[in-house]
Formats: sequence, structure tokens, C-alpha cells
Amino acid sequence: MSELILKMKGIDKSFVGVHALKGVDFDLYKGEVHALMGENGAGKSTLMKVLTGIYAKDSGEIFFEGQEVNFQNPKESQEAGISIVHQELNMMNHLTVAQNIFIGREMMSGKLINDRKMNEEAKKLFEKLNIDIDPSETMGNLTVGKQQMCEIAKAISKDAKLIVFDEPTAALTDSEIEELFKIIRDLRAKNMGIIYISHRMDEINVITDRVTVMRDGEYVGTLITKDCTKSDIINMMVGRVIYEDPKQKSNVPADAPIVLSVKNLNAGKLVKDISFDLRRGEILGFSGLMGAGRTETARAIFGADPIDSGEIYVNGTKIEIKTPQDAVNAGIGYLSEDRKRFGIIVEKSVAENSTMATLENFTKGLFIDKKREKTESELYAAKLKTKTPTVETAVVNLSGGNQQKVVIAKWLVRNCDILIFDEPTRGIDVGAKSEIYHLMNELAAQGKSIIMISSELPEILRMSDRIVVMCEGRKTGELSIEEASQASIMDAATLRN
Amino acid sequence: MSNSTSSKKNPLINNPVVKAVGTQRAIAILALIVLFGFFCIASPAFRQYSTFVSILDASYYIGFMAIGVTFAIITGGIDLSIGTVLVCSSLISGTLATKYNVPIVICLIIGVLIGTFFGLCNGLMVSVMGLPPFIATLGSMMISKGFGSIFTKAQSVTWPQSSQPGGWFRNIFKINVAMAEGNMMIPTGFILLLILAVVMSVVLNKTRAGRYITALGSNKEATRLSGVNVVKWETLAFIFSGTFAGIAGVSYAATYSTLLPGNGGGLELDAIAGVVIGGTSMSGGYGTIAGTLIGVFIMSVLKTGLPFIGLQNQYQQFITGFVLIIAVFADVANRKKKSK
Repeated sequence: MSELILKMKGIDKSFVGVHALKGVDFDLYKGEVHALMGENGAGKSTLMKVLTGIYAKDSGEIFFEGQEVNFQNPKESQEAGISIVHQELNMMNHLTVAQNIFIGREMMSGKLINDRKMNEEAKKLFEKLNIDIDPSETMGNLTVGKQQMCEIAKAISKDAKLIVFDEPTAALTDSEIEELFKIIRDLRAKNMGIIYISHRMDEINVITDRVTVMRDGEYVGTLITKDCTKSDIINMMVGRVIYEDPKQKSNVPADAPIVLSVKNLNAGKLVKDISFDLRRGEILGFSGLMGAGRTETARAIFGADPIDSGEIYVNGTKIEIKTPQDAVNAGIGYLSEDRKRFGIIVEKSVAENSTMATLENFTKGLFIDKKREKTESELYAAKLKTKTPTVETAVVNLSGGNQQKVVIAKWLVRNCDILIFDEPTRGIDVGAKSEIYHLMNELAAQGKSIIMISSELPEILRMSDRIVVMCEGRKTGELSIEEASQASIMDAATLRN
Repeated sequence: MSNSTSSKKNPLINNPVVKAVGTQRAIAILALIVLFGFFCIASPAFRQYSTFVSILDASYYIGFMAIGVTFAIITGGIDLSIGTVLVCSSLISGTLATKYNVPIVICLIIGVLIGTFFGLCNGLMVSVMGLPPFIATLGSMMISKGFGSIFTKAQSVTWPQSSQPGGWFRNIFKINVAMAEGNMMIPTGFILLLILAVVMSVVLNKTRAGRYITALGSNKEATRLSGVNVVKWETLAFIFSGTFAGIAGVSYAATYSTLLPGNGGGLELDAIAGVVIGGTSMSGGYGTIAGTLIGVFIMSVLKTGLPFIGLQNQYQQFITGFVLIIAVFADVANRKKKSK
């Protein structure tokens, strides 16, 4: 093969409390498409951010075109010839396509910007890439796929020698993916180095030359794509020591009544024809990769996002859910994956947060009955073993696990029988994790029904009685805990249709 | 699919003219024409040249402020200080002219520069110190209001009348020509307003400054990651805003005779209302100077016209409030439909 364009050696990076990269090695040849794979949180994005200068590495060496480099910011890496096509698009929606592509490098005639020239140049660029986009169109009017193409064109127009694609196909249609692959093959033929981050196994086989797998911030290994199978890669991705024993069998009796039934739910782009039942006392795991539509499904059921079509039954009665109030009145509580933004009000006290969803029950005339608020929240703090000096302490002073308990308390005070836990242990340390697990099991044993969305397979396997797997807005699998394994879930989670 | 349903419901949206100028601005133009026509029909006295001139008189200072603050708003920010900066700059330069005998030319320049100075301070507070624009400019609103009074020792200031020495500067905004059948007034200020509007429109649409101000209003992080110095350009937007408040101060002095210290609070809201009626997005990233001017003229037609049909000035505020809400709601409703 040709010469190396990039070599990363022993890259180490820690954030407060998290060792994100542990001596990671990575290399890339000219004219190569090299896949970087791993579960969510394996460290792929962090590695790329270190490469492009968004994060500074703690130790390790980076060689680009034979020279040791240490980029301080994205601008430096761009100037050296490294471009990144981000997963979230970085576009100025109000500007035109050409204006976006040439932002910061406008073509001028004298003091004035020459938009016509920029349109012409963009058009040439698009012709070279065989992309059909009008450069004078406003960016916000394009589909996400077309915007992605613009982002790629922008990267190429900067004379990039190395392009990082961070999950480029997550929002693309099949024909757009075909176009993208054609472009990538062209770039490869032009001897550029390409790093391709994706979760989609079938794409890896089609487009990449080598695969490097990361897990928990560590380098696992590198394989030649054509010599390996999908299951080789999956095994490398999930092969961590599972310190949490998977559940052996479901705790739910077969005749347990169905408390929530969702039929053919459609909402937005990431919830397509979702149907499932939730039984009394059951923990129903929702598994899938990032962008699979799990959170979107939960938000639709909770009334946070509008439902396009479909039916929802609670305890056999059909209900209309238009707003979160409707859902709460039907006894559904939602614990957001983004606790700080949607779950709690951090400056307020434990007591105030606990009664947030039920304040009307804690009033005396016009005023809030502080005393009852206090006794009730103390009761739940004791029940949930929330570690807080007093219930008057502001939630911001509590640890992540205890904050999560406050959110749980909020819905328990409200007497919700159906609880949706969205990534309940994200950002919570191992000790607090097992407490949350314990709590969820207890709640289920008391007859509460739980939907648990989790990106961590061991968590899904340890907690769930049954597992729904989603991929790209569709339900691609439903497994009983007895038949589920990491590999079978991964299989369903990467099933494109 | 959603397109066809929305066009069925609202044929206005698919009209090519409306599409070209934008829904909100189309409504604004329509409102301006309807208002003007209404007053012409309702009051014979309104259909006079002198009324037309007083409409223009009333639009200068709001117009200049509005042109400037359009830039601050396009960044996604706001400038609340322009009204009091207008009065402050006019008070200080007027005091220099009347009490200290500083030549009028110098006073006018100082008046504009006082605006520039406040704009620079606002810009630095927002872009470098990271204060929210609302807070930063609320602070400088109070400071400029107080400073003007302190400087004049709480005295009112009367700029020279056009007949007095130094009163020539009023001709920048209105020339009185003696004619057989009485005085003929040439609204030169209107020409100045138009020229500056065209210049700033070119700055907004055709220069790096305008491009980056728009870009950072649309997506600041993406603009920064594109290697653009967002601190510099965000500051510049506020400098535009302040400088035009200074120019507005000069035009205010030229149009009206006496300035009272402590006034000026509230003028900025007229200007901001004009900008918003003209279709500039309060969340940043989009706006036009032409739209802003239309919005301003709606305000001054109301202001001048309502007394002609026997309604007091307070009705201007009352009715402008409705125009503002309707114009912005039309835009919000339109965008909601589009995003579906």
C-alpha cells in the first residue's frame, strides 16, 4: 500500500472523572477509507476531536504527512488539510449554499463580495462531485442529505488531504447514500485519506478498506475489511468483560395485564409505525444505536412531540395524548436523558422539585403548603434513599445518581404507574448505577411498569424483561430476555430496511 | 404534501411577488399603502404636501436608529440603548454648541461619535465580556440617560434655529425655500436617509462585514468554526447600531427645537418595532434594511395621520402595537407551516 498520511500513537485524554482515551493508536494511508467503530461512548468522537484540535491531548503523538503536529484549534488542522464532516451539521441556514461553502474565504471584487463568482465556483465544485444542488438556494431549504453534500463540498474545497466523516449516513436516504459512496470512492482514487465513522455494519463492508475498533476509550484492534465478517467486528465491539450479570428470565407473569399499548405510532422522521405492549410490573428495554428513534418514541408517547398517527391505550382505554399534561394525567412519567435540561430545576430544592408535577395537591388556598411539601418529599427521599442533607438543599448540590432519584420521586409523588426512563444511568458512577437498578427492580416489583431506554447493552440485558430494538425509526426486533444476547441485539440494531 | 395544503389554505404564500419580498414584508407594504390611503380618504387636510413633509420629519430619527439596530438584531442580539444614546449625544453636542461656542460642524461630528462610543462599549460587553445583549444595553441605556443629564446639569438644550447663526445644519434635513405662494419645504433629510439606507443595505448584503454579521446571527458556533473572528464582527454590529443612534441624535436636534435631559427612553422601542414589522428576525440571521424602512414609515404615517382624524397621539402606540403583533404573527404562522 501507499504511504501513511496519519499516525496517532498512544493518545491519552481525560476529562474530569472520565478517562476518555487510553493510549489509543490509529493510522491511515493515502487512498484508504478506514472505518472507526465502537459503541456509543467508545471514544471515537473524542479521538477525532483530538485530531482536529478541538480537544488538547494529555499525552501521545500525532504525525500528519510525516511531521509531528499538535493542532491548537480547528482552524490550524483545517489549514494543514484535515477537514471533518460533522454528524450534526454546522450550517448557517439563512445563508445560501455558496455563501456557506465559502464562509470565511469569500471571493471579493474590491471591497464587495462577489456572490456571482462564488456561485460559479460552487457550481464547478458540485459538477466535479456530480452533485445536483443550486448554489444560490438558501441552505435551510435543502434536505438534510443535500446539506450533508454541501458540507462535504465545503471540506473538499479547502484542499483537504484527509477527511473525517462522522456518521455521514445517519440522516441520508438510500439514493443519497449511493451518491455519497460514489463521492468517497472518487476521493479515495484521488489519494486522499478518509476516516469513516459509522455504526452501520453493511456500509463498512461496502466502502471501507480497514476497520479499527475502539471500546471504552481503548484501542481494540484493526482488521482488513474484506477478510473479516460482521460478527468479527461485533465481537470486538461488545467483547468487554460483562460485570453485570444479565437477567436470566422475565419476572413478569404471562398473564400480567397490559397497561400500555402503542399501536402503529408515527411521529416525525424517527418514529415509524411503532407498536408494542407494556405489562404491569414489566421492565421493557428499548435498545438501538444513536439516532434509532428511541427517545423520539418516548417523547411522542409522552406528548412532548406531536403524534402524526397511531393509537395509545392505557389500561385498555384509548387516550389522546397531545401535551405532556395529557400523558401525566394518564399516569405516564418521563425521565429525560438530559436530566439537567428537562428533568429537574437545578437551582430549586429537593422538595420543590419533588412536588413540581403535583403542585396542585400541595396548596392551601392560594399558597403552597410548605410543610406538607416537606413531609412528603422527606418520605420519598427516605424511600428512594436519596442522599441529601435536607430536602431544602438545592438539587444542584447532589450527585448525578441522587438527582436522578429526585426526578423519580417527582413522578412517584404524582402517582405515575408507567415510567419511561431515558438513559437512566447516563453520567452516573458505578455505585449509584446499581442503586438505580435496584430501585427500578423494586418499582417493578411494586407493580409499576417501566420503559427503559438505554444505549448500554449490559444495562439492557441486566434490567429488561423484554427488549424492543429499534433502527432508524422502525422497530427491528422484539426479544424476550431468554433469547436476547449482545450479538442478537446488535444484529437487530444494525438491520436496515 | 405539506406545501400543497398550505398553499390551498393561504394563496397569498404562493403569489410570486409575495414570495420575492417575503410574507411579512409583503404584509408591511400592504399595511403602509392601506394606512396611507385610509388617511388620504378620511381627511382632506392629510392630502397636503406639508403633511407629507411632517411624516418624513417624524421618520428621520426613528429611521436612522432602526437602520443601525437592524444590525444588532441580525446578530440575534438587541440594542436597548439607542433611544437614550440619541438624546445623550444630542444634549452633549448641543451644550457644546450653545454654551461653549464649539463650531456646529464639530458638534455634529461629536454627536455621531458619542453614538459610536456607546456602540463600541455595547459591542465589547456582548462579544468580549459575554454579557447578554439585553442586559449590556439596558445598562448603557441607563448610563447614557444619566450621563446626558449630568453633562447638561439637568438643563434643557435648545439648538440654534435655522434663522440663527449656526442654524444652517437644519438644512441638512429640511430646506425652506421662499416662494410666491408661501414656503416650499424640501425634505433633504429624506434623501440623506435613503442614501444611508442604500449604503447600509450594500454593507449588509455585499461586504464581509454584513455577511459575517448575518452568518453569526444564523449560527454563531458554525461561523466561529469556519475561522471567522466572531468577536470583531459582533462588536461591529453594535458599533453600527450606536453610530446610527448618534446620527439620529443629530437629525432629532435638526427637526425638533428643544431637548430635555432624561428623555429618550422608549424611542428605541419605536425603532425596534419598525425593524420587526419590516421582517427582520428577532432570533437573528435574517433581516433587510428596506424592510426596516417600510416598518419605520408605517410608524410615522400612524404618528402623523391619527391626529388628522381626531385621534390623539396615544392611539398611535395603541394601533402600532396591533400592527406589530399581526405582522410578526403572520411570519411565525408562515414559518410553522413551512417546517411541517
